[in-house]
Formats: sequence, C-alpha cells, structure tokens
Amino acid sequence: MDFELMQKVFPFFLEAAWTTILLSVLTAILGLTCGTLGAAARLSRFRSLRFIGAAYVSVFRGTPALIQLFILYFGGPQIGIQLDAFQAGVIGLGINAGAYMTETIRGAIIAVDSGQREAARTLGLSNWQATYKVILPQAARLMVRPLGVNLNMLIKATALVAAISVIELTYTAQRYIGSTYKPFEMFLLAGILYMIILYATGRAVAWVDRKVQIT
Amino acid sequence: MGLDFSIIPDYLDIILLGVAWTVGITLAAAALSFAGGVVFAVIALYAPWVIRQPFRLIEFVFMGTPLLLQLFLIYFGLVQIGIDLPAFVAGIIGLGLHFAVYNSELIQTSILAVDRGQMEAARTLGLSRGQALRKVVIPQAVRAVVPPIGNNMIALLKDSALVSVIGVSELTLSAQRAIGKTYRPFEFYILAAAFYYVINLCMEWVQRKIERRISISR
Repeated sequence: MDFELMQKVFPFFLEAAWTTILLSVLTAILGLTCGTLGAAARLSRFRSLRFIGAAYVSVFRGTPALIQLFILYFGGPQIGIQLDAFQAGVIGLGINAGAYMTETIRGAIIAVDSGQREAARTLGLSNWQATYKVILPQAARLMVRPLGVNLNMLIKATALVAAISVIELTYTAQRYIGSTYKPFEMFLLAGILYMIILYATGRAVAWVDRKVQIT
Repeated sequence: MGLDFSIIPDYLDIILLGVAWTVGITLAAAALSFAGGVVFAVIALYAPWVIRQPFRLIEFVFMGTPLLLQLFLIYFGLVQIGIDLPAFVAGIIGLGLHFAVYNSELIQTSILAVDRGQMEAARTLGLSRGQALRKVVIPQAVRAVVPPIGNNMIALLKDSALVSVIGVSELTLSAQRAIGKTYRPFEFYILAAAFYYVINLCMEWVQRKIERRISISR
C-alpha cells in the first residue's frame, strides 16, 4: 500500500468528489421532476398520456443508461442537440433516473387507500382538492424511503459519465490507475469517498423519513 | 448531418456478434452471481464470526461503490498481482461478484423468512444441519427469491454495457466500432439500444415463465 502516493493524489480525488456531488444533486432534481411528470402521466385519465408515461418508463428502464448517455452526447449533435459532457451527463442520467422514480412515485400514490379519496369526495372536496389535500400528503410519506433507494442508485450511476470524460470520482480513479498502476490504492480513495457520500445521503433520507412520519 | 439508417445493414454482422457476446456475458455473469449469491448468503448467515465479519466488509464495499469503479479495480488489479485475464473474463467476474452481493442480500432475507419450524422438523427427521439447509431451507428460500433476482438479472443485462469500457467487444463496443468507421453515433447507438430492449423483453418473458413454473400455488 503506497500511502505517500495516496496522500499526494488525495486533493484531486476530493475535488472530483465535489463534481460527483454536484452531478448527483442536479441529476436528482431533474430526476424528481421527470419522475413526478411521469407519474402524473401514468395516472392521468387521458389514455394518450398514460401511454406516453408507460412508454417512457419502459424504454428508459429497458435499455442501459450508458447507451442513453452515448445517444445524447455523441448522437445529439446529429439531431441538433449540442451539449458539453457535464450537461449531457446531468440530462441523460436525470431522464434515466426519472423513469425509475416515476414507478416509485406512482407506486406510493396508488398505495394510498382508495377509501381516502371516496371519503374526501363525500365530504365535498373536488377531485382536484382530494388529490392535493388528501392523497398526495399521504403518498409523500410513503415515497421517501423508496426514493432514497433511487437516490442511492442514482449516485452510483453518476460513475457512468466517466465514459464521456466528465472529471468526477470514477474518471479520476481511472486516470490515476492508468498513470500510477496502483489500482487498489486508487479504488480505495474513490471508494471511501463514494461510501461517505452514500452514507451521508442515507442518513439524510432516514432523517427526512422520520420527520414526515406521523407516528 | 442528418440521420441515415440505410448504412446499418452493412455493419449488422458486427452488431449481431456483439449481441451474442452480450447475451453470453450476461448468462455467465448471471450464473456466477446466482451461485455466488447462495454461497455469500450462507456465509453471512452461518459462517463463524472471523469469516463473517471481513465478508460483511466486502459486501459493504461492493454495495457502496459504483460497478464501473469495481470493474476497473478487478481488471487492472488482477493484472497488478500478476493474473492477466482476458477482459471478458474480468468483466464476467466483476459483474458476477457485484450482483452476487445484491443476490446474497435477497437470499439472506428469504432464508430468514423460511419458517424456523422447517429446519427443526428436518433436524428431527434426522437430517444434519447442512443437509437440512441444502435440501429443505434453501430450496424454499430460492423459490421466494426468484422474482426479485429476476429483476437483478435484468439490471445485470443493462450493466453489462459497462464492460465495454474495459474493452470487451460486446454490443456497446461493437456499436462503437461501427461508429468509428461510419461516424454515425446516433444510428448505431439507437440500434444497440433496440437490441438491448429486445433482449430485455425476452428476459422478462423467461422470468415470467420461471415464476409460473416454480410457484407452488399453480
């Protein structure tokens, strides 16, 4: 184990970890947005919207995220979409994560007992009010934990953008493995930073989950 | 530069070879991840403390880091310690180990979910602990775990695209090769995505078949 080398390259890994965090945050925001829209589409009363939502989930969950990223980054210019690697990473991963989150959010909404809507309607709330004041607040509690799982997967998936040369943790590890021939040391540095990020995220999700529970 | 899908037939043989490799790697890694998952689960639940704890650490590391990073470690790390494996073998080992850890989690939960009475009954009938595990508890646990493991295997198929990064000529890298010759990334990546999607649908179909076959309440 070459600790001296690890110490020397550590600042670069730390900087890369910030890129990974920034990437994760932006991707999570876009993913949640796409997931909410996707779930709304899948639960819509319009058939065409339901179909679009289902197709979105099926296609984006049915093909590798890496390929989706490549289509956007390398194929994009052919159809007039010019993005730099970081932008392509956020958009590609965000839309991908959104497909998974669609199912999480939809699952939480349909898990709320249907009697709740009926009761709300009986009490004179409109369908719209029943959704916003009765169903969604309950669904929100149910979706925190599974969205936390999605978030964990999303953070690990940010490693994929190394393949389009975004200088984040995995790319940095790869580059230093190539130049120092010390794969284990570099894995350890990047791995520990990933685990810290994931651990902190996990704790934050658990905290939010505790806060939103009633009991 | 517009889109031109008419060039695809010329490169279809490269792509189809890539499809074959992707299917082969996925199947091999799936088998490894399943066998590894059972072994890991048994270790995690029944092995003595000194074996269990380091193992837990390994599991923790595998679940807490990205697969791509693990692939780099396995591919370059093995070379480092003098084991020069072909990239596709390193890819299969990497994918197999990564998913073995996830499968192990599922199998552990389902072993614990098998009623304790089953083990007690088997022991009473004169089976040794190992026999009871192998012949009574694990078969029941495996049945319960097929649907979630099936989902893991579909995830494995998609993650098999990552081994292109360490130079395995599967579907993704084959598409890249064709792109290198034609400068048509959009067309070939879409084609690759379509193939992945079709393989995915086939796997879902097989998964449903297996689930129906092994479910007790037919």
